[in-house]
Amino acid sequence: MHSFWKLTRTEARLLVREPMTFGVALLLPTVLILGLGAVPALREPSEEFDGVRFIDYFAPSVVVMVVAIMGLTSLPAIMATYRERGMLRRMWTTPVHPAKLLGAQLTVSLASTVVSVVVVIAVGRLAYGVPLPQHPLGFAIAFILGMGAVFAIGLLIAALAPNNRLATGLATVVFMVVMFFGGVYVPRFFMPEAIVRIGEFTPPGVQSLLDAWNGTAPAAGPLLIMGGTALLFGAVSAKVFKWE
Amino acid sequence: MPVIEVKDLVKDYGSHRAVDGVSFTVDEGEIFGILGPNGAGKTTTVECVEGLRTPDSGRISVLGLDPGRDGAELKQMLGAQLQESSLPDKMRVEEALDLYSSFYRDPADAKRLIDMLGLGPKRKTQYAKLSGGQRQRLSIALALIGRPKVAVLDELTTGLDPQARRDTWELVEEVRDSGVTVILVTHFMDEAERLCDRLAVIDSGKVVAIDTPAGLAERAGEEQRVRFRPSAPLDDTLLLDLPEVTGVEHAGAQTVVTGRGNLLHAVTSVLARKQIVAADLRVDQASLDDAFVALTGRALEQ
Repeated sequence: MHSFWKLTRTEARLLVREPMTFGVALLLPTVLILGLGAVPALREPSEEFDGVRFIDYFAPSVVVMVVAIMGLTSLPAIMATYRERGMLRRMWTTPVHPAKLLGAQLTVSLASTVVSVVVVIAVGRLAYGVPLPQHPLGFAIAFILGMGAVFAIGLLIAALAPNNRLATGLATVVFMVVMFFGGVYVPRFFMPEAIVRIGEFTPPGVQSLLDAWNGTAPAAGPLLIMGGTALLFGAVSAKVFKWE
Repeated sequence: MPVIEVKDLVKDYGSHRAVDGVSFTVDEGEIFGILGPNGAGKTTTVECVEGLRTPDSGRISVLGLDPGRDGAELKQMLGAQLQESSLPDKMRVEEALDLYSSFYRDPADAKRLIDMLGLGPKRKTQYAKLSGGQRQRLSIALALIGRPKVAVLDELTTGLDPQARRDTWELVEEVRDSGVTVILVTHFMDEAERLCDRLAVIDSGKVVAIDTPAGLAERAGEEQRVRFRPSAPLDDTLLLDLPEVTGVEHAGAQTVVTGRGNLLHAVTSVLARKQIVAADLRVDQASLDDAFVALTGRALEQ
């Protein structure tokens, strides 16, 4: 456990020393919320948006965006760079188990995601009165499981991809899928029913987040899918991990 | 007492046989060199010894362990510095050592190791800002942080300037003097000649010779050459009568005597007896370079 914490602390330090990566992931979603909220029409309840304010409806999609950026852009890129530049090769000669390195990287990415999401929720609340998640426990569970699923997919890409280019390419495709079904590109009420249904089961599970946000306990089905994805992909990535 | 035994090691990459029946033993406390051109199978060989790669056939024992089966245990006792490895740009020297020390059961004192490797003034410097020589020192420090009994150093001085190379060589000798058995992989003749107690010459996946550097040079042919400019004419037969001498040639004002054994002493004795002064006296001895050419039929690119 000692080496796990040392690795985690080291990864956290290195992340903070890269202000660009850290800053973009932390601030982009916040800027988006602020920008959208600045448009008066998006702050008024509207028939087109099922009678709610667009900004309230869209908040869970911003959470999806944070999770996708951290899990599918930042995480695989860091790991692929480590591999490509021989940083993993350096560690390969030591007794440390790869799962510890993956775990440390995961912990740091999860922590920064949580920070980013908290900032988004706080800014939405303070600037535009977006209500806080009404079912906090349900929201926490949906968020943690959904985030776990997306990050496990990111880890698997990181574990498998031989170089940074391929990791980025592969992760970008998954990123687009997650963002699309998460309603970031096109608000979900404009989407056909079938796509909305698929979106419920696509990590990180935007519907569960929305339900919890509005005060309803999220449905068990999608949550189970998220948990299963996290476990399966996480285990496989530790198994197939390559040092070089 | 050998601490490393490699017997009939074979490793294929696809249809390419990278290592083809390599055998050698390394004794405790020696610096054992593995010398050969790029692509000869040196790195693959040591990666099998380190337990990073699984041999296709052959037997390896390191400190009584089988690297394939007891890899985790072996890594506690074997420190390695690999080619093409690095650290994150923003990681500081002392952070790297602190982190790596947590991977081992009984690590060395990081601060002392930093000082021993002359990295004291750089302890808070980020990896990206270190010079090539300093990075290699750090790499050696990381290889030693677990208090290994065996250290494998692969292409340690490639890309370093001459001063940094010499400093690194001294460091390797210090490591050996501290009781660590060293395997040194190199394609530099001077490095092998200077550091290694014994070395294996590897070419195309095979061991072509194992000997001391001097022993290898001798095998290349005992032929030596003594050149000088005599202060007075000298009768060739005086030299040819010497048992050490095999030939005498003249190149302008220069006399070139070839032979073996204690050639220089024999020649200078004759000259002294005849009261002839040898100006511009030079002795050419077969070097490890010549040995390599003799053993493999080609020169080792530097």
